[in-house]
Amino acid sequence: MVAGLLIGGFYAAVSLGIGLIFGLLDIANIAQPAFVVLGAYMAYVMNDSFGLDPILSGLLFTPVFYVLGAVVYRVYYASFERRGEESLRGLVFFFGLLFIIEVSLSLKFGVDYRLVQTAYTSKSIDLGGVGIAFRYLVPCVVGVAMTLALHLFLGRTFYGRAIMAVSQDRLALRLMGANPVQIKTIAFGVGIAAASLGGALLISIAPVIPSTDRDYIGRMFAITVLGGMGSIGGTLVAAVILGVAESLMATFFGPSWSLAVSFGILLVVLAVRPAGLFGR
Amino acid sequence: MKQPWRQPIRSWVLIGAVIGNFVGIFVLAGAGAFVARAADPIKIGFGMALTGGLSANGKPALLAMQIWKDDVNKKGGLLGRSVELVYYDDQTNPATVPGIYTKLLDVDKVDLITSGYGTNLIAPLMAIAMERKLTIMGMFGLANNEKYQYPNYFQIQPAGPDPQTSTAIGFFELAAKQNPRPQTVAIVGADAEYPQNALVGARDLIKKFGFKTVYDKTYPPTTVDYTPIVRAIKATNADIVFVASYPPDSVGMLRAAQEVGLQPKIFGGGMVGLQFTSVMTSMGPMLNGIVNYDFWAPEPTMLAFPGVKEFLKEYQLRAEKAGVDPLGYYLPPYSYALVQVLGQAVEATKSLDQQKLADYIRATEFSTIVGKVKFGKNGEWAKGRTLMVQYQKVQGTGIDQFRGPGKKVVLYPEELKSGNIIYPYSAAKN
Repeated sequence: MVAGLLIGGFYAAVSLGIGLIFGLLDIANIAQPAFVVLGAYMAYVMNDSFGLDPILSGLLFTPVFYVLGAVVYRVYYASFERRGEESLRGLVFFFGLLFIIEVSLSLKFGVDYRLVQTAYTSKSIDLGGVGIAFRYLVPCVVGVAMTLALHLFLGRTFYGRAIMAVSQDRLALRLMGANPVQIKTIAFGVGIAAASLGGALLISIAPVIPSTDRDYIGRMFAITVLGGMGSIGGTLVAAVILGVAESLMATFFGPSWSLAVSFGILLVVLAVRPAGLFGR
Repeated sequence: MKQPWRQPIRSWVLIGAVIGNFVGIFVLAGAGAFVARAADPIKIGFGMALTGGLSANGKPALLAMQIWKDDVNKKGGLLGRSVELVYYDDQTNPATVPGIYTKLLDVDKVDLITSGYGTNLIAPLMAIAMERKLTIMGMFGLANNEKYQYPNYFQIQPAGPDPQTSTAIGFFELAAKQNPRPQTVAIVGADAEYPQNALVGARDLIKKFGFKTVYDKTYPPTTVDYTPIVRAIKATNADIVFVASYPPDSVGMLRAAQEVGLQPKIFGGGMVGLQFTSVMTSMGPMLNGIVNYDFWAPEPTMLAFPGVKEFLKEYQLRAEKAGVDPLGYYLPPYSYALVQVLGQAVEATKSLDQQKLADYIRATEFSTIVGKVKFGKNGEWAKGRTLMVQYQKVQGTGIDQFRGPGKKVVLYPEELKSGNIIYPYSAAKN
């Protein structure tokens, strides 16, 4: 149970960007896991070259990823969204982006597995007979903190509210004098910036290769849909539900059932609540 | 005055000259073509995992083949012709394999083919090879020819005639010899082709050696958190823990074992990835005590094979630039040996005839940089030689310690043994 809660926090961290971009902006950015892996490689480089903790690197790179995200959105907007061609062609654009990131990482870093050892890797604490691995505890804490920060940003700041508004009624926002494209650029940038931290957490937990993103695509979108489109808190809850389900199944019924049960939960929830757990 | 009989003679001379010219031109053109063909390189075609999940092995395998090509060309090539490798990235996707080999055979007109890296990528090639009656050299496929029984397939991984038990045989033989003898076994592996095969073999061996299974489960390859699995195994208090895993799960299981405090008497078995330099240097002392399968280790018994030192020197020189495993102690020597076998067969038969090559390879013992290679049943090595090694006295994460002997001690088979097992696992941890 505890292991499931911890891994849920990590799942939330890597899914928040998708929650924002797909859930709120309705842009099917399937390249998001590739940005997460890019973040993981940046953390690896900083750890390998300067011995920097991956989470610190993840934080340091958030502005770079924000700018990267803003540029990607502008290209996407100018090429597809402005012409109303965002559905299928937009999807192809993000597919292309995913492959470009993957191949670039392959060319630069090769295809060897990369992983980092941190001060807390392989250490755990015993809390009342429950062993808690720091390798999962730290990402969980960071994941919850990221969720909280994003929740506060969206609910309490002008730009956050504008992002919520643009997801609901773009035209109304324009009538209020705000520029929806600018707001969406900010939102997209924040979503990609979250990938920087998500990637840093990923490489703290598991080794990565350029194609690791493919292992996470399904899980990240499932969490966003289960939590409810547009609900950041819902993303955390969904991530924890999947984490706990996987963990309990692995412990008591055999790990091979884990993913099947997780996606079974998703199907059941969608059958009862098509908008997801906290979707509007 | 015209002599009437001269007219036909002149005509015949003219016709003869024209025909002669044509014949001459054709003969010369033919000779030219012959000269050109003799100068044409011998093309060896294959798909290779240069991107995707298996590229960490596919790229080093390619580098080893390129080194062989350069070595051969320096010596004048094969049959007096230079050798060229024609390859495409199969993206670790079996669906790309039929298209790649059709192009290689029909468009690129390659003379010889080999498989790309790995069981899953060899499987779709089998049908094409059989249909076109090709001689096919397989690179590290586990039991690919079990159901086809195709006589012209040969496989370089030293799995032996019973590939399913090859990964685990040394592990369980060693376990059975220990004192006090372990009794109970936990086996676990990923839901994927190789681990499933390895687990089938492990189950047979558990019966054969009379151990008792207390845990037997599989997990999805995309599992992120391995601590629940390791906790469940720990709860069984198994003496032996046999893991069949791919690199991410090998790392995950090892770290989880450390965090949960798993202390069986013997731990390891069929964990892929622990042989890779990047994983070894990252895991460091966490490897100590693990008893795992392997194919090559820089131990005196293995370095004695002729040519292997020179190959590794060249490989390590080129590896950094190529962005691949810097030591290359797993697949590269075998990848080199694979094309060595093919090249030796071409030279010996003086032919590129597929059947002649297959007959020769089936009947011959080859001298390669991984030792003597003789193929037997199903195109597997006539006698299996999967190593069982134990990581010992690994300190820190420096790469240099792994270059020499003593860190990956060969325990099995007996003829290549370079040290003794530290038993139980906990004793090797300290």
